[in-house]
Amino acid sequence: MSASVHVEVTVNGERREADVEARLLLVYWLRDHLGLTGTHVGCDTTNCGACTVHMNGEAVKSCTVLTAQADGAEVTTIEGLAPDGGLHPMQAAFMDKHGLQCGFCTPGMIMAATDLLSRNPNPSDEEIRHGLEGNLCRCTGYHNIVEAVKAAAGSGVSA
Amino acid sequence: MSAIGEAMRRKEDPRMITGRGRYTEDINLPGMLHAVVVRSPEAHATITSIDTSAARERDGVVTVLTGEEMAGDFAGGIPMVWVPPGVEIKTPENWPLRRGQVKHVGDPVAIVVATTRGGAMDAAEDVIVEYDPKPAVVDMEAALEDGAPLVWEDFGTNRTHEWSVGGGDVDAGMAEAEVTVERRFVNHRTSGAPIEPRCSIAEVRGDKLTLYSTTQIPHIARFVFSGMLGIPEDQLRVVAPDVGGGFGAKLQTYGEEALVLALAKRLGRPVKWVETRSEHMTTSHHGRDQINYVTLGAKRDGTITGLRVRILADMGAYQQLLTPFIPELGFPVMGGCYRIPNIDLHFTGVFTNKMATDAIRGAGRPEATYWIELTMDRLADELGMDRLELRRKNFIPKDEFPFETALGIFYDSGDYDGTLDKLLEHFDVEEFRAEQERLRGEGVYRGVGFSTWVEVCGLAPSRAVGPSGVGLQAAFWESANVRVTPTGSAIVYTGTSPHGQGLDTSFAQIAGDILGIDPQNVDVHHGDTDQGAWGWDTYGSRSLAVGGEAIVRAAQRVQDKAKRICAALLEAAPEDIELADGKYQVRGSPDKSMTMAEISGAAHIPPNELPADIEPGLEESAFYDPENFVFPFGAHACVVEVDAETGKVKVVRYVAVDDCGPAINPMLIDGQVHGGVVHAIGQCLYEQVVYDEDGQLVTGTFVDYALPTAAEIPPIESDRTETPSPVNTLGVKGIGEAGTIAATPAVAAAVLDAIRPLGVKELDMPMTPLRVWEAIQAAGNGGGPEGGAA
Repeated sequence: MSASVHVEVTVNGERREADVEARLLLVYWLRDHLGLTGTHVGCDTTNCGACTVHMNGEAVKSCTVLTAQADGAEVTTIEGLAPDGGLHPMQAAFMDKHGLQCGFCTPGMIMAATDLLSRNPNPSDEEIRHGLEGNLCRCTGYHNIVEAVKAAAGSGVSA
Repeated sequence: MSAIGEAMRRKEDPRMITGRGRYTEDINLPGMLHAVVVRSPEAHATITSIDTSAARERDGVVTVLTGEEMAGDFAGGIPMVWVPPGVEIKTPENWPLRRGQVKHVGDPVAIVVATTRGGAMDAAEDVIVEYDPKPAVVDMEAALEDGAPLVWEDFGTNRTHEWSVGGGDVDAGMAEAEVTVERRFVNHRTSGAPIEPRCSIAEVRGDKLTLYSTTQIPHIARFVFSGMLGIPEDQLRVVAPDVGGGFGAKLQTYGEEALVLALAKRLGRPVKWVETRSEHMTTSHHGRDQINYVTLGAKRDGTITGLRVRILADMGAYQQLLTPFIPELGFPVMGGCYRIPNIDLHFTGVFTNKMATDAIRGAGRPEATYWIELTMDRLADELGMDRLELRRKNFIPKDEFPFETALGIFYDSGDYDGTLDKLLEHFDVEEFRAEQERLRGEGVYRGVGFSTWVEVCGLAPSRAVGPSGVGLQAAFWESANVRVTPTGSAIVYTGTSPHGQGLDTSFAQIAGDILGIDPQNVDVHHGDTDQGAWGWDTYGSRSLAVGGEAIVRAAQRVQDKAKRICAALLEAAPEDIELADGKYQVRGSPDKSMTMAEISGAAHIPPNELPADIEPGLEESAFYDPENFVFPFGAHACVVEVDAETGKVKVVRYVAVDDCGPAINPMLIDGQVHGGVVHAIGQCLYEQVVYDEDGQLVTGTFVDYALPTAAEIPPIESDRTETPSPVNTLGVKGIGEAGTIAATPAVAAAVLDAIRPLGVKELDMPMTPLRVWEAIQAAGNGGGPEGGAA
């Protein structure tokens, strides 16, 4: 058992404190300790992006961030994207454009897509496709994901 | 207002877009333990010793068990269910933990159970296994040579089975041929690679075991695992929660599922196992892996006279649930959408020291369309005929359906010219050829490829596929239970088990229309063996054509009863009650009507006016076994651009026109086509499971196994025609696998068309930059590589 580290992290607007194993990855802290199971693990090698969350306003793959590294940070997960309990425009666009099938990559894809629009509010198709290349989807063939991001961009979304 | 045909937004989505899906790994139970499997690093070896003492001593470790130590936990091993009449299939014992020998990298040799997953992983590293390595055989053709190392010495051969099917007289057909084309095709090994890895959790309460698992087949899993554990079926419940994609990789009864069940039973505590991605690549079954020797004969005018195919199929080291059957599954459509009077197909299965192959999206049919369509291209070239004209000449005509093929299969319905015509409305061939010519002048190499495909799906029918048909030891009917609640909502139980297809929505549309209930108030349940009737789960593009039809029949029975209740209460004859605009009304008297909520209220709290011979309640079941398969079809075009300096292929345009009968939800159909086509683009250009010559897996992660990303993929243009199937009342066919079945030949032909001016005539998949570049170099250095790059 490795040494433990004390962390204080603001998760979805709520301050959380914990003593965690130094090796504990952020994704497992979110999922197994905080019960935020919307963030998924798909590959273990930072390729698939199913674990994408926002840390201090930027998309990160939470399977490649130690919980200890998140000390003092603000983290937003899919559960906290629309804090009022409604839908973020990107979530609504994914539903409207059929941008998901099995739904497993979806939370990470939505978090990556909102990050993309925060950096580039009106991306071209090409920029959307390159902007999402760190997130794998096996179901949709990406077509409707791109449509969803375009629709959300058209509605003036930023993260 | 009909819900059928509407692009209704999905009922599944609100939970999934907010992170409230419930996937297996999301489930944590009180007192739950974590299991990690110790796996073989050797491709072929005898286990000489396993020392678990250091692992057992670690903090938090509950137990460490080997195959021998768990021998008493299992009444049987993992079954293989194909018993073709008159054919012996060599099938080794397949225990969840190996006993004495390992046959491929990743073979499970021990299991560690600890209070945390990290603790179990640490302890697994402390399990010391000593191996005495043996020679491994990796290449399927090498495995059939004399003196090749034997995967299973007791069998005395690596040949697992031979199976043949044919019709007409192929010798006569070939003798009649004026032109014959021959080619060897490689359908390389791939991975299903759903983004959700596998996960299984077992819990025990009293004498009842529950398995939560990432499975496409909860009903089959209960059947199999109750047998493996030697317990009655009532003592096992299997639940498939939200499943994060299957693609066939979760159409399996895996050893890890049996292991967590046995461990929960032993330990009296819940046990969870989560697959790492490397484990997925190593030990979730692979797909494809065939070599096809194809000979096609034709008259000078293009009339096909005969088709002969010899198929070698790599089984890997074990026979999993359907392993040896997968190549044969494609046989009903191995003549494509063409009139071929004489067909002879021969299959040979081969053991190698690799993970077992089994069903991956399309399962046997993508392999077939790949070689049929590329062989048609080759024949057209040989005849000096236009490739599409050759296809049209041999298409089974629209007015000849149902059409009995030389193989004795009845294609249900089709309009192959219709989909091709529509494709050409979207894709102007002449315009493309002019542009291609112009671009070649600028050193830009573009090419187009076509696929006019047909597939067989809707598995069922039991009589054709089951024990007295081709010999699967199972049936393939489907069940549905439709219940209307007292306030007029509906609960639909289906025996299918969707995992991303959107059937919660399309099934609600179907049931809602028949019942006269808003689909938003129809809740579809599936994936739990303790709910609803027995079913045969989801694979083979069967859920709508078989499961959907079962729902139609059950819902129709509910509607009939609702009409009887309505008739009694409105003092009319039942045959005079009609369902219109969501109301049950007396024909010709729309003012005399009842809503389903009113009728169901009366069914559940019966007023005295209701005759005594009408039973209370409003719920019906149906079981449905179709008379035939269904045969979706279509025409696809792909345009690629090849960078001649780097060999990189870019898909520039993809157009798909498909026909799966009348659309229940066109949005879902388009989504299935998009995903299926991109799966095939991945297979054709990027993805390959690679073992080195010693049997070590080279592609163990998503770093090495290249799934397509959004950046590689163009928009997928899709359109439809709608030719109803006569097999079911909805007229529907399957669409889940169609894109994957259709697309590889279109992509491959496009690449070959692009680089034809550079002298390349043939190339095997995956057409990676290295392969394309090597082929261009070889061709440029005089003489193209006839057999393609290695």
